[in-house]
Amino acid sequence: MYNERSGMMDMGEVMEQIPAKTGASDDAPAPLLSVRNLNVQFRANDSLVHIVRDVSFEVRAGEILALVGESGCGKSVSSLAVMRLLSDPKTTRFTGEARLLGKDYFALPEEDMRRLRGRDIAMIFQEPMTSLNPLLTIGRQIAEPMFEHLRLTASQAQARAIDLLTKVGITDPERRLTQYPHELSGGMRQRVMIAIALACNPKVIIADEPTTALDVTIQAQILDLLQSLVREMNVGLVLITHNLALVARYADRVSVMYAGKIVESGTTRQVLETPHHRYTEGLLAAVPRLDVPRQARLQSIPGQPPSPRNFPQGCAFHPRCPVASEACHSQPELSATDKGQRYACFHPAMTWQVAALASPAPVPADDRVVRSPVLQVRGLAKDFHLKRGGTVRAIQGIDLDVPEGGTLGLVGESGCGKTTVARTLLHLQAASAGTATFRGSNILSASKSELLKLRQKIQVVYQDPFTSLNPRHRIGQTLAEPLLVHGLCADKRAARARVEELLDLVGLPRDITERYPHQMSGGQRQRVGIARALGMKPELIICDEPVSALDVSIQAQIMNLFADLRTKLGLSYLFIAHDLAVVRHISDIVAVMYLGRVMEIGTRAELFERPRHPYTRALLAAVPSLGDENRKSQAHAVVKGDLPSPLNPPAGCVFHTRCPIATGACRSAIPPAIALSQTHRVACIKAECP
Amino acid sequence: MIRYLRNRLLLAIPTLLGVATLIFFMLNVLPGDTVETMLRAEGGSPSVELVAAERARLGLDRPLLVQYGDFLTGLVTLDLGHSHWTGKPVIEEVMLRLPITLEVAVLSMIVAIAVAVPLGTIAGLYQGSSIDYAIRIFAIGGIALPSFWFGMIIALVMLWSFNWLPPLGSPSLMKDPFRLLQQLILPAIAVGYRYSAILIRMMRSSVIDALHEDYVRTARAKGLRVARIVWRHVVPNSLLPTITMIGLEFALLIGSLVVIEQVFSLNGIGRLFIEAVSRSDFMVIQGIVIVLTVIFIAVNLLVDLAYAAIDPRIELG
Amino acid sequence: MRNPFATTVSDGLWTEAPRHSGFFRRYVLGQPLGALGFALIVAGFAVSLLAPFIAPYDPLVTDYGNAIAAPSLSHWLGTDSFGRDLFSRILYGGRTAFLIGVSASFVGCTIGLFVGIASAYIRGWIEMIIERFLEILLAIPTTVLALVLVSSLGRNLVYGIDLNLILAIALPIIPKMARVARSQALTIRSQSYIDAAVTLGFSDLRIIFRHMAPNITGPYLVLLTAFISQAILIEASLSYLGLGVTEPTPSWGLMLAGNAFNTAMTAPWIVIFPGVAIAVVVFAFSMFGDALRDALDPKARADR
Repeated sequence: MYNERSGMMDMGEVMEQIPAKTGASDDAPAPLLSVRNLNVQFRANDSLVHIVRDVSFEVRAGEILALVGESGCGKSVSSLAVMRLLSDPKTTRFTGEARLLGKDYFALPEEDMRRLRGRDIAMIFQEPMTSLNPLLTIGRQIAEPMFEHLRLTASQAQARAIDLLTKVGITDPERRLTQYPHELSGGMRQRVMIAIALACNPKVIIADEPTTALDVTIQAQILDLLQSLVREMNVGLVLITHNLALVARYADRVSVMYAGKIVESGTTRQVLETPHHRYTEGLLAAVPRLDVPRQARLQSIPGQPPSPRNFPQGCAFHPRCPVASEACHSQPELSATDKGQRYACFHPAMTWQVAALASPAPVPADDRVVRSPVLQVRGLAKDFHLKRGGTVRAIQGIDLDVPEGGTLGLVGESGCGKTTVARTLLHLQAASAGTATFRGSNILSASKSELLKLRQKIQVVYQDPFTSLNPRHRIGQTLAEPLLVHGLCADKRAARARVEELLDLVGLPRDITERYPHQMSGGQRQRVGIARALGMKPELIICDEPVSALDVSIQAQIMNLFADLRTKLGLSYLFIAHDLAVVRHISDIVAVMYLGRVMEIGTRAELFERPRHPYTRALLAAVPSLGDENRKSQAHAVVKGDLPSPLNPPAGCVFHTRCPIATGACRSAIPPAIALSQTHRVACIKAECP
Repeated sequence: MIRYLRNRLLLAIPTLLGVATLIFFMLNVLPGDTVETMLRAEGGSPSVELVAAERARLGLDRPLLVQYGDFLTGLVTLDLGHSHWTGKPVIEEVMLRLPITLEVAVLSMIVAIAVAVPLGTIAGLYQGSSIDYAIRIFAIGGIALPSFWFGMIIALVMLWSFNWLPPLGSPSLMKDPFRLLQQLILPAIAVGYRYSAILIRMMRSSVIDALHEDYVRTARAKGLRVARIVWRHVVPNSLLPTITMIGLEFALLIGSLVVIEQVFSLNGIGRLFIEAVSRSDFMVIQGIVIVLTVIFIAVNLLVDLAYAAIDPRIELG
Repeated sequence: MRNPFATTVSDGLWTEAPRHSGFFRRYVLGQPLGALGFALIVAGFAVSLLAPFIAPYDPLVTDYGNAIAAPSLSHWLGTDSFGRDLFSRILYGGRTAFLIGVSASFVGCTIGLFVGIASAYIRGWIEMIIERFLEILLAIPTTVLALVLVSSLGRNLVYGIDLNLILAIALPIIPKMARVARSQALTIRSQSYIDAAVTLGFSDLRIIFRHMAPNITGPYLVLLTAFISQAILIEASLSYLGLGVTEPTPSWGLMLAGNAFNTAMTAPWIVIFPGVAIAVVVFAFSMFGDALRDALDPKARADR
């Protein structure tokens, strides 16, 4: 079966050679890939980590299996183990069985395994930026596995490479072959990775978070591509992700992992509509959703995912489980329903509803929205002058209002300028034009002494909880320093008392003051960041992607914290994020940015229920949602093409190159913002058309 | 490409000017007087009038800025002045001795690179193994042993074991390369050992870093052979920081050469420099520093070109 | 050769974790060369400090009758061409090496640290001037620059120590340290905790000293040890050339100068022992510096 002389194997040929298997469902075809009892251990100087524990799964032809879990659950390590790509036998050990078309390849010597890799089983990685060798051309990198496994000649390989590139949706493939990775965008690089994976017609493809590093609109393109390729070529795809919504839209079957074990598996419909394991239930409740009415609070799972160094005994989820009992201290067995759904829980959930449908949030009075804004931004612009000439117009003509005691959500994909807006408002960079009025004075033209006072009133919470804290300072010091420097506390004792107050506010234990940042989890670090901002008694907090780097269950906790603090302390937020569901949950007003300009701005209801700008619509369509399981057959308008370079933005309306309804007029002039209501403005000449 | 070269050369000029100015002022502003030293060497203590007269003769009593101006104009015409000691033009003295220094330098570099790249790669690939330790110890030796002392020792060893000493004289590269090689091989090894030790460590750590990079993981996932992964993916990427290091450490190479020429009695610039320093012959010192800086800039330019040849992300011009 | 990428499935899993490593395990067994280096440094310091008590002979006393004597019980390492005891001269030479090496490195590194951090933090034309200046200094080989300084500064003996020599060696170190400090500082500057400090309204000085500097101490210490070894080598080279420490002060480099090579053809110990001394000390500092760098490398931290 692994004879290299046979070159490309015909799928029909292969299927005939599979012996009939008796499985759970006799009418299902035999699995292409079958993993049983996979265990992986890492050993370091002073620790032994059993990171993957008895994991089993299988993939059939033409099927997408999703492996879902949060960070530290072992899903990526499992995939590397399945490919036998773990290295260093001194520190890594793995056991188990992995059968490709019935034959256990774990038992093969390394040289035979090498012949399998890239040919019968291929892998796509998370970071397209670094997964390609920067020094070799694209053509070379696609041809490499072909030369190795299929023994094609150079011209045959080139012809096949062009076919593959066309198949993955890359235009002008001949030219791309001679280009280098740095000349392509992230989306294109990932397409190249897919082409490489397909080069030798593999039976199984493993994709480890293939779209996590990409923008939402590109993500949709890539996943749609993968899905169609799977159906067309009848391969099996293992999709590893942390995003349940992606699972809903694209996967056929799903296995949920927690603390190195598979806690639930079944078809997507089974698991997402009738989850049995309490973790799955909690996860589904914690994800903010666009397809159901907004909940007042997200239901979060208390605590945090366990570190692989000390997984709890028995059911690893029991410390966080609302219905845990004595029995949960021992290992639950995998039980199965009659329809094939498996779960490992002593107290499974038998009925579950989308919680929001049971208790929708009361519609808040909109007066918060039309009160005088605490921050009024008009015409904000920032240009960057590059060393070798040329100007990048990072943001232009930004008009925003942050409602008093409310939240303005700023959303957009990478490169849209939202971080630049934050940095200019915070005076970390000088704005090129515009005004920002806070309590009557323009903060952009403040003098040094005014700026110092302003800095107390306007604070910031950053995205990366790790790099936003000085790694050499203890938490107590980090929190106390601004209090003492600004004289908010008279002496160290007063500062310590205030620090304890702040920690209580954000829900952290008081003894955390002695710890260093690297000794805390991401969620805890982010809470410290929030506490630090609160210490100054600000009125406005600019939140720059504060939950993007957090796991779903932690994200829900932090979002609830933000909402509680806003009510308790009367804060206003400028909330920047790229996740639309998160933005919808917390914002009163939402602004959508693209390539440095505001495309649309309106209240939450206006923007999400009645979007008028084609970009907003495309964005909403591209975002997968948990409810997509039911709407799988619906086509959605996918934005084509890639993001233009900010050095060379399109003339006229910056979105027209990718807009499904663009006309000639869109190229000639920048569309003015058309006001559809007192709060709803759209920068599109077609805004008023139905 | 031409534009890039032109730009680099234009950028080099301020650096060169800066070096020249710095040296000029360092030598002339700081205490220490060459004329007095010279006259003392001839015997006796010169009277104040004699010193003054001598200074006037050499033009050293003019205002500093005038001397500086002269110096600069001289630079443009490649006239580095005349040695106060011998009276001969500096540029002549330097050009006479430059070839042999360059020959040793090039030979050292060849030795160093030929040794460092394979050893560094092997050490990185087999990190933690006994061969890695052996190579690391070899590299440590190169860094710890002073190169001039190492030169002495290997010369002594050659003498005792094979009764062989490097030939004297000045064989030319064109007419008698083999004899030249014999003369230069020991100093080249002495200096090259240290140079290669630094490059081995750099190459080794680059290889170790590269092995953890995502693109190597992709190459493995493609099922490529080990040889191909190493040659096509690991080594080229590891060479990049190593090439940069070659340029940066070239200054170290020249420094070692200056001392080694003394050990092996080679008639190169290094030896001339030492003589000039011991007799405070400022014109010669200035001239040599400028020439060395020119060589350094040229080498860095070559290194950058080599880097750009391998790395397509670098745009020239 | 075996395949460095090979992975095979194991027969069984590990059953118990390795013992928790205390200080000894982690720092001595984990980094044997570094520990050895550290031990040698401490021993070297101790010996140099106690040289007057340990040395069997006065290093300056000549004994022409006993010149170029082979190692024996009365002269452990033999004598030089002036009849001076080699062992004593090496012990005292250690004093010179440590003194000049450590002080030159300390002066050069500390000044370089501040120049580097300042140039990274203060934007504008000051930064550009400093950058140009550093570039110029870096274009000149270290030994050559030291020699130029030696030639122009002359000697300046204070309590028997040539301060100008220390300065001449320290100066070329400044731009090297400044370059590294600058690039480290630039990296730190782009971290969001510095942004946070700015938005919290802290003064520039506070940010430089309390927030940036502590994160640079690691590389600073590593480079300090690396430059000590380099400074010792430069001193040895300069003394060998007759332009560093001069007679009769004992210095290892000086012991190799002049006619030593020719004498060594028949009396190798004259040349072997001083060289070995230099090599051992340079080795010790280099290894310790390496181990320090590995220990401080955040990537190697296992407690996350």
